[in-house]
Amino acid sequence: MNDSHCECHVTVNDQDHILSVSQTDTLLDLLRNHLGLNSPRYGCGAEQCGACTVLVNGEPAFACTTLVCSLDAHRIETVESLGGDHPLQQAIIEYNAGQCGFCLSGIIMQSVALLRRNRDPTRDDITRALAGHLCRCGAHNRIIRAIQAAAASIRTAGAQTSV
Amino acid sequence: MSDLPGALQNNPILSTWIRFEDARSLHNQLTRDQVQDPKVIVRTGKVELGQGISTAIAMIAAEELDVDISQIVVQTGRTDLGPNEFITAGSMSIEGSGAAVRAAAAEVRGLLLARAAARFERDVDTLKVSKGVITSTVGNEAISYWELLAGKQLDVAAVGGFAPRPPAAHRLVGRSATRLDLPAKITGRPAFIQDLRPENLYHARIVRPPVLTSRLAHLDRKEIESLPGVHRVVIDGTFIGIVAATETAAISAKRRADLTVIWTEPEQQPDADMTDQARVSLLVENGLPTDDPIPDLLYADVGTRVQTTYTKPFHLHGSIGPSAALAHLADGRLTIHSHTQGPSILAAALAQALALDPKTITVIHSENAGCYGHNGADDAAMDAATLAMHCPGLPIMLKWDRSDEHRWEPFSPAARLDLDATVHDGRVVCWNADIYSYSHSGRPGPMGSWSNFIAAWHRNEPIPRPPARPGRGYHSGIHRNADPYYEFAAKRITKNLLTNQAVRTSSTRSLGAFANVFAIESFMDELAHECGVTPLDFRLRHLSDPRAIAVIQAASDALNAWQPKIAARQPAGKALAFARYKNAKTYVAIGVALTVDEQTFDVCLDHAVIAADAGQIIDRDGLSNQLEGGMVQAASWTLKEAVRFDENGIPGGDWAAYPILTFPEIPTTEIILIDHPEEPCVGAGEASHGPTPAAISNAIFDAIGVRIRDIPFLPEQLRDTAIR
Ligand code: FES
Ligand code: FES
Repeated sequence: MNDSHCECHVTVNDQDHILSVSQTDTLLDLLRNHLGLNSPRYGCGAEQCGACTVLVNGEPAFACTTLVCSLDAHRIETVESLGGDHPLQQAIIEYNAGQCGFCLSGIIMQSVALLRRNRDPTRDDITRALAGHLCRCGAHNRIIRAIQAAAASIRTAGAQTSV
Repeated sequence: MSDLPGALQNNPILSTWIRFEDARSLHNQLTRDQVQDPKVIVRTGKVELGQGISTAIAMIAAEELDVDISQIVVQTGRTDLGPNEFITAGSMSIEGSGAAVRAAAAEVRGLLLARAAARFERDVDTLKVSKGVITSTVGNEAISYWELLAGKQLDVAAVGGFAPRPPAAHRLVGRSATRLDLPAKITGRPAFIQDLRPENLYHARIVRPPVLTSRLAHLDRKEIESLPGVHRVVIDGTFIGIVAATETAAISAKRRADLTVIWTEPEQQPDADMTDQARVSLLVENGLPTDDPIPDLLYADVGTRVQTTYTKPFHLHGSIGPSAALAHLADGRLTIHSHTQGPSILAAALAQALALDPKTITVIHSENAGCYGHNGADDAAMDAATLAMHCPGLPIMLKWDRSDEHRWEPFSPAARLDLDATVHDGRVVCWNADIYSYSHSGRPGPMGSWSNFIAAWHRNEPIPRPPARPGRGYHSGIHRNADPYYEFAAKRITKNLLTNQAVRTSSTRSLGAFANVFAIESFMDELAHECGVTPLDFRLRHLSDPRAIAVIQAASDALNAWQPKIAARQPAGKALAFARYKNAKTYVAIGVALTVDEQTFDVCLDHAVIAADAGQIIDRDGLSNQLEGGMVQAASWTLKEAVRFDENGIPGGDWAAYPILTFPEIPTTEIILIDHPEEPCVGAGEASHGPTPAAISNAIFDAIGVRIRDIPFLPEQLRDTAIR
């Protein structure tokens, strides 16, 4: 092991990985090229578009600039961890909330974090949370509706299980 | 034969379009959950650009064939399979491909029913089809399409012997469908070109000068090639490509090369005054450029003359995913995965540029983020192909980074519009428009001694760029929607193609319609005020087409009915604008309600109304998605966007230098669709762009009494104009 490398232990979507990586390797490179995940996307590499957003210890982070060596003992979540029938994924399908869909991975993870801390977000709450996410297709209003629908279905499910 | 849709005439064999296959033979193409045997394969030469074409095509085919939408698999854009439909642009995909698929599917169903009737010895009229199973209504015979074909396909030419269903009998078309392509995109399954990961994949980056007019002066190739993981550095003239074993190695090597490379000084940019540049001027009559002499400006002896100028700057397509391509030269074949809009044209252009036999090139369409016109897709394909030619046997994934995309995609041309009209007695007496802009057509294609690829211009033995030439088509390029849809007594319209090519420009969604409708519809508002008439009445009195009147009235009613939840504390305005796309397609009226901050002069879009008539509605939800997306994109162009060049003429290379509209700035939207099942379905992907900037400009005037005529409508412009 030389100075230009680090060893670290990260959990990605509940799987443990012990890694030896270069000090300059980004989380985006780890997720896409080493772990073969598709959902984190490169849009700008400069924290300007949000396409690469994943959760690090539950908080949204830009995978394009986060260095893997800073993540020892951290927990990463990506769209792949949602399984496909997460209420937000269902709502996006139901509302056709996207056109090309390239921006959606990052928006989904940002919104998952939002819905965990706010069970009933207003339009303003949502647009503030998504202020750093660019969508060039103009699907914004549909995305907002899908997030609100997902919030409602999560609340209903919660109310049913607590009865 | 002549009744067949054009795309079907060009590709008449039915099995080119529609095939019946066992799902097992498709396992590597079926990434969706529902693998439910067997499948109908529907092939179109058009490509999915995020506009939902595959979903609309599936609906049409399912409708005509009487199968479930889940039984359909749509394959788009391959040059080795399926019909050749040239290019997916101008929001024509549904019109062309949809009509062809509809006619082909109706004929396939008719032929198969006739076969079943013969086999059952029943009358065709006594048979019905559900989920692809033909049953007799008078006996108990049943057979599926697949059983009937027994593994064969309908390799016969379409003759148009079976009419498609009348609209009244539609059970799917006209409803809203769930998009077929979305699930993969939101679950992490491979969906985009960047997700292709063949074995032994190499990664590549391109090193480009900051602008078109710079050339390579020096790069230490040996140094870059000695960096870890770098396989090869290809330098040919000013073309520089780095091929590496890993993506990080390619990125690091590009960084090092960008730091150490020396470029020649860029040439001087053209003078900003567009009326002062070399140009080709043509008179536009009824939407067509002509060689008729350009008459003097039209005047009237009585009435009030009003003259104004409107401008738009260079814009980016601004795809969220930078361009990419995967190229592989193996066994004498060059295979390229590209997000091009025209796979077959790209293949022909590559063959020309690389001096290859066209039969040895396959282009396979693979999605990237939305492109909104001619972005970097084709150039990235040429870059990747060039590198593949230097590295036979290696599959190479070439990706542009954000700054490559921002600087090297062809820009949407800047434009200047001088309008001059005379009004009298509440009507327009005469109308003059002189439009100055750059070329909208920079797409590649096989073009003899010219090429439209950057890599072809840059190499040691270049193929030069074609000179700018004015488009001559109906409502093409600069003069799209230059001709107002209103009934004016006299019109004189000129298009003036500026031939300077220092800034590379090409097709962007809606082409000239964005600037032209901005100018026309803002000017109509100005003239209405000049005449002391409401802008609504002023428009309506110059129109007789009931469909135009209907969308304007619908937008106006909805806009008037809308009230903010909390009364605005800032000056608020509401206004309308209208256009019929290409004067022949979708009718759109847009209403905007906004507020202007008295201190900062920030414009806040509160609400937008879109009323549209696109003829027959196929996919209701898809249509509103396209219209709303177009409005939001056009609002972003209008309020925020301009390519900004530094003193050396170098455009900004990131989103900080080119901000676009963000979530907190998006208006709530109401969409009103007027269905005309008896009318042909026309595309709407570009129809809402034109009216948007005018509705915003007119609403700003309604709010603060200030006319904003230069895009983008930045707060500084509002403040300066207000103070003046
Ligand atoms: S790619 Fe990370 S923010 Fe754009
Ligand atoms: S859906 Fe295309 S960028 Fe958001």
